[in-house]
Amino acid sequence: MIESWYKLVDLLLPFDWGQYVFMKNALLAVLVITPVYAVLGTMVVSNRMAFFTDVLGHSALAGIAIGVLCGIHDPTWPMITMAVILAILVNVFKGLTRASTDTVLGVFLAFMVALGITILSRQGGFVKYTKYLIGDILAVSPAEITWLVVIFFIVLIYWCVAGNALILTSVNSSLARSRRIKVFLLETSFTILLAVVVMLSIRLVGVLIINSLLVLPAAASRNFARNTQAYTLWAVVFSVVSGITGLVVSYYWGTATGATIVLFSVGCYVISVAAGRALPRLTKIFCGNENKISQ
Amino acid sequence: MRFQNNQTGAVTGESCRHCCIKIQGLTVRLGGNTILDGIDLHVHCGDVLAIVGPNGAGKTTLLRAILGEVPYEGKMSSLIGGVERRRPRIGYVPQKLQFDLDSPISVADLVVAAISKRPVWWGIRHKALENVKRVLSVFAADNLITRRVGELSGGELQRVLLAIAMTAEPELLLLDEPSSGVDVQGLALFYQLVRDLKKQHDISVILVTHDLPGISAFVDRIVLLNRSVIAEGSPKEVLSDDKLIRAFGPSLWNVSSLPAVTVEGGL
Repeated sequence: MIESWYKLVDLLLPFDWGQYVFMKNALLAVLVITPVYAVLGTMVVSNRMAFFTDVLGHSALAGIAIGVLCGIHDPTWPMITMAVILAILVNVFKGLTRASTDTVLGVFLAFMVALGITILSRQGGFVKYTKYLIGDILAVSPAEITWLVVIFFIVLIYWCVAGNALILTSVNSSLARSRRIKVFLLETSFTILLAVVVMLSIRLVGVLIINSLLVLPAAASRNFARNTQAYTLWAVVFSVVSGITGLVVSYYWGTATGATIVLFSVGCYVISVAAGRALPRLTKIFCGNENKISQ
Repeated sequence: MRFQNNQTGAVTGESCRHCCIKIQGLTVRLGGNTILDGIDLHVHCGDVLAIVGPNGAGKTTLLRAILGEVPYEGKMSSLIGGVERRRPRIGYVPQKLQFDLDSPISVADLVVAAISKRPVWWGIRHKALENVKRVLSVFAADNLITRRVGELSGGELQRVLLAIAMTAEPELLLLDEPSSGVDVQGLALFYQLVRDLKKQHDISVILVTHDLPGISAFVDRIVLLNRSVIAEGSPKEVLSDDKLIRAFGPSLWNVSSLPAVTVEGGL
């Protein structure tokens, strides 16, 4: 499978960077995971969960630390377990207390980061783990790519089955409940999915910027999209375009790929703000009806 | 003088009496506090029941209990055509949406998300769009189809939500504060639509409101709630009870000043 991908890249992309296996792997990883970020991001932004995903990302530190304590070499599973527990806890808390979710999340964030750093910094050893802060997508292995492909299809199926219910719940959870949607199950399954995607991404892009990759494409798309289809579509376009551009540019600049991708996402966001302001006026001038653009 | 124009008698006469929603001994306890204590409600289909009460009286909790969002003791049942069921089918019109007004959700998206299994993000087919138009046209909302939900006025949003609620073919229609954030004209249209609905369908309507004077011409019965049922009766009975007015008047009527004038005239 992966061999035919390598051949395809050799054929279609006869560039300097395209001849390296690590770049071919990274390109495939970017192509698979950026649409996932975009799609999940649309709901993260609509449900104002940006802070929650940030906390999720940071809980990776605690996951890694607990993995180290238990003597597990590959931190992926401890990280995923930790994040899934966190996702469920936050959902349960949200139902129990009327306290601001921000405050509850703030406490979780502090606890997760402090726990992680305390354990990992024993005997001054934290430097070993800084790679998890910024990630390295160029080190992605074919086995990891397989996992990314699996999660891609899981998210796709989930979005087909639960997409409408998520929209309704984001608008009003009581309304959703009156339509026989199991809101708690829905929200919990969504956050668990989010947790798994974020944790699988930690090694690729790092704790510090995973949140930007989730939030920025959707945030950019919102600036001018007027319906759900356009919102999703443009988020995917922004995500994939800034992903590929960031990867290639980081090769030439010799910079961290994740951060470079985020820079291009920010670029997309700025352009979208301008487009969002100009579009209604242009539409009025050329079409005389601002509804035409939305469909 | 609105009470004289009240259609209570005529409307009650039209009720089929073969169907009703019954709530018996509904009690809600949260964290050691009794929020609602032994509420009995009986709504015939074709009837509009208004639940009024001061802030903190438990109106919202009652709605949430009926929606099944908070645990309760007691019994809720629906009797439709002689068949008794545990939970009525509910159409719910929320007071406000908790979502971001900038959300790129069009009215068509919202309706399709509620009534169709096909994912909205995949695009809405022409046939589905026609269906949405048909659903919305009953509620004078088909021209809103491409608008974003966040752009709608209070009245427009309410009609869209009512259209969505009715697609569930509810036995019980729950309206949460229908008069908040809606202008006078919008409200008149809304009440007219609900009145038409209850004539055409076998539904009971429960509405929760602050705006007692505003709704009194439109409802058949009023329940005054303050943790338990304080009083129940036709609008005329409840509104002419001096004791109640003295006890609850200020807290009930300070919300909307304009219609209060009408009530004073009526009393």
